[in-house]
Amino acid sequence: MILSFDLLFEAVLFGVLLGCFYAAVSIGLSVSFGLLDVPHVAHPALMVLGSYCTFVVASWGLDPILAGIVLMPVFFVLGVLIYRFYYETFEKRGTEAGVRGLAFFFGLAFIIEVGLILVFGVDQRIVQAPYIGSSLALGEYRLPYRMLVAFGVALVLTFTLSLYLSKTFTGRAIKAVAQDEQALRLMGANPVRIKQWAFGIATGVSALAGAMLIIVGPVEPALDRLYIGRTFCVVVLAGLGSMTGTLGAGLILGISESIVLMMFGASWAPAVAFGLLLVVLGVRPQGLFGR
Amino acid sequence: MKYWITVAVLLAVAFAAALSGVNEYVFYAGYIVLTFVVLSTAWNILGGYAGYVNFGTGAFFGFGSYAAVVLFKALGAPLIVQIAAGAAVGAALGFAVGIMTLRLRGIFFAIATVAILFIAETLMVNWRYVGGATGLQLLRPEVMAPFGSYTRMLFVVMALLAVIAISVARYIQTSWVGRGLRAIRDSEEAAECSGVPTLKLKLIACVVSGALMGAAGAPMPMYLSFIEPASSFSLNWGVSALAMPMIGGTGHWIGPVIGALLLGSVQQIVTVTISNEINVLVVGVLLVLFVVLAPDGVVGLFRKWTRSSK
Amino acid sequence: MDPLLQVRQVSKHFGGFTALSEVSLDIAPGERFGLIGPNGSGKTTLINCISGLLRNESGKILFQQKEITTLAPYQRTRLGIARSFQVPRPFHSMTVLENLLVPFAYVVHLKDAEGTERAMEILESIGLADKAQGFASQLSQVELRKLELARAMAAKPRLLISDEAMAGLAGAEVDEVLDILFKLNESGITIIMIEHIMQAVMRFSQRIVCLDAGKIICEGTPQSIVQNPEVQKAYLGA
Repeated sequence: MILSFDLLFEAVLFGVLLGCFYAAVSIGLSVSFGLLDVPHVAHPALMVLGSYCTFVVASWGLDPILAGIVLMPVFFVLGVLIYRFYYETFEKRGTEAGVRGLAFFFGLAFIIEVGLILVFGVDQRIVQAPYIGSSLALGEYRLPYRMLVAFGVALVLTFTLSLYLSKTFTGRAIKAVAQDEQALRLMGANPVRIKQWAFGIATGVSALAGAMLIIVGPVEPALDRLYIGRTFCVVVLAGLGSMTGTLGAGLILGISESIVLMMFGASWAPAVAFGLLLVVLGVRPQGLFGR
Repeated sequence: MKYWITVAVLLAVAFAAALSGVNEYVFYAGYIVLTFVVLSTAWNILGGYAGYVNFGTGAFFGFGSYAAVVLFKALGAPLIVQIAAGAAVGAALGFAVGIMTLRLRGIFFAIATVAILFIAETLMVNWRYVGGATGLQLLRPEVMAPFGSYTRMLFVVMALLAVIAISVARYIQTSWVGRGLRAIRDSEEAAECSGVPTLKLKLIACVVSGALMGAAGAPMPMYLSFIEPASSFSLNWGVSALAMPMIGGTGHWIGPVIGALLLGSVQQIVTVTISNEINVLVVGVLLVLFVVLAPDGVVGLFRKWTRSSK
Repeated sequence: MDPLLQVRQVSKHFGGFTALSEVSLDIAPGERFGLIGPNGSGKTTLINCISGLLRNESGKILFQQKEITTLAPYQRTRLGIARSFQVPRPFHSMTVLENLLVPFAYVVHLKDAEGTERAMEILESIGLADKAQGFASQLSQVELRKLELARAMAAKPRLLISDEAMAGLAGAEVDEVLDILFKLNESGITIIMIEHIMQAVMRFSQRIVCLDAGKIICEGTPQSIVQNPEVQKAYLGA
């Protein structure tokens, strides 16, 4: 197999765009699982739900990105409700919360997935936009515009969230609650309210992530299964609690997947995220940049 | 002693039924329900007793199926060898995943099992010997006397496997291994500091669980005369294998059996009368309902009911 | 006499944070040893390193002159190191009696029948005999603490580490727990006590070490510790 430099370079370039996209869709999980320790295996399912909601809103005439932004507050509220329910039912009771919490989110993911099948059917859905379908020509390389848009949104999202978490009071409280709930209580802040708010933000971000997902490619209800691998791979590789690490980890995944796609074809690419995840878990479970 | 007598009677009944004129469909559906009895019992050994949740039951089950197919295709191996191979492959996979992730927190093990599931499917999709993505048709050998059809024979085989699985689970539960697993589930650090070799016990549970799941997968290709990756490695196996013990009750070996019989039957009815999607929805909804409202499952509800009526 | 436990230059980091910095100490057999220090000084981290739940990055730990630094916690327990947890961690799905059967089965390797007998002896000696068939959820705070100690005792330890067993308990309850620890020491068990309740530590310990920010700042008899200005500064703040 002849590995031409041009092909490799294009794969890497595409991988960078893809990687930033993966980072953006994983950021919500970085907060909910990385910081809040919630076993949120339903994160990709909520994101796919966001994709379908974007599909509906976009069909009323709105640009998909704007649709995603409009959906963010709705999903924020959804996130708050879900966390509240999870906290009251499982986290508070402490003891058996681990197994039951996991089972709960697993069941939730299935309910969302099947709900989507019942409403929309199993066929793939796409959205239309001026930037979907054409590519930017950079010399010999073609970069699809939709990837560039996703790349841009991803960067903005990552940096905004990082800034929020490090500069604002609530943001820093969220980071603190991950490390020392007791100290937070002594400071007069209510850890449950903070975690609720954080989970709401994570879910709101998932709405925009869902919009990007359907921009980047067609979606179907079972897509959440594949993204469990990609999002958890990014979050674990980054190291729990590291926001900027998410970007780095996303890039590593994106570039790896892109290269595998080019060299071995589409039947191998989905396994890259899962394979990388296993390697990280086996070799360095604390990730690259974690706490 | 009561247990073994009951078991012998049930097996005799199953055998007699298979030789009788009862409608073929009973055995067709019964085989699936019995498969779920094995899967949920196996799941519970690690998930219920030790508290480590496996989402990837399909990987162990699927690899068992493929191991059987490979042996059948390459050597014309008889069913019993296929089942042994399935168990061996399942055990090996359990050991590999376990040694890699059981040192970590429970959720990492759970995610790793999803990873194994997808990687397994990808590997089989890319392996032409077993048919790749489109799968393989299988020509079944002559059915063994005294059975009238393959389905009936497999029904009895699966009944036997179910008895084996339940007996293993029952042994583990009542032995010192079971007490150690429960200590791990209740408080892993306290268990370690009380002398429990937590990693060793978790590995044992994972290997036994995997072996049983692999064994359950082995007769499946013969049952369907067909094998293909997508359905063999579906996440749906995982959600059922998890939901059934959680609904039946995870603390006792009878819980998964109850859960499998109840939910398995419901699934058969719903799939046939409504649709497969609604079937998965029902599983998901029941899982969430029980996890939230009746965390100790049917067994727990039964215990509460008998205590309150005293 | 050779020390029972030797901690040599043990250091432990969490990311950028240094929890323990080159901590060294010796514990003599049969000693009553107190470990004090403000919150966050590294006491529980040190205990976790000794019992094996945490692995120290550098330094050595020797028990009965044999190195245990790389041993898993369950192996250390089987060698004779037992501990109680600061926040009690009972096996909540088991009865009080069954809680003790775990170490009896896994450390002492007793069958349940004999284990039950010995467990009842322990429970009687600490006043929990009537709760033997009860569950952890039915126990009061002081009873939970006693269960923690009872479970540690069931492992037949040479060294028992009591991690804030009296935290949050009132006067008479503190004395109850202290009595148990005294009795254990009289039967030959070396005890390391981590405690914030000063009068308990003073009464109990023959020797005290004070930790602050991961380092030992002073070591000596209870009287000398109490008068030490470094210790006062550590507790009252700079």
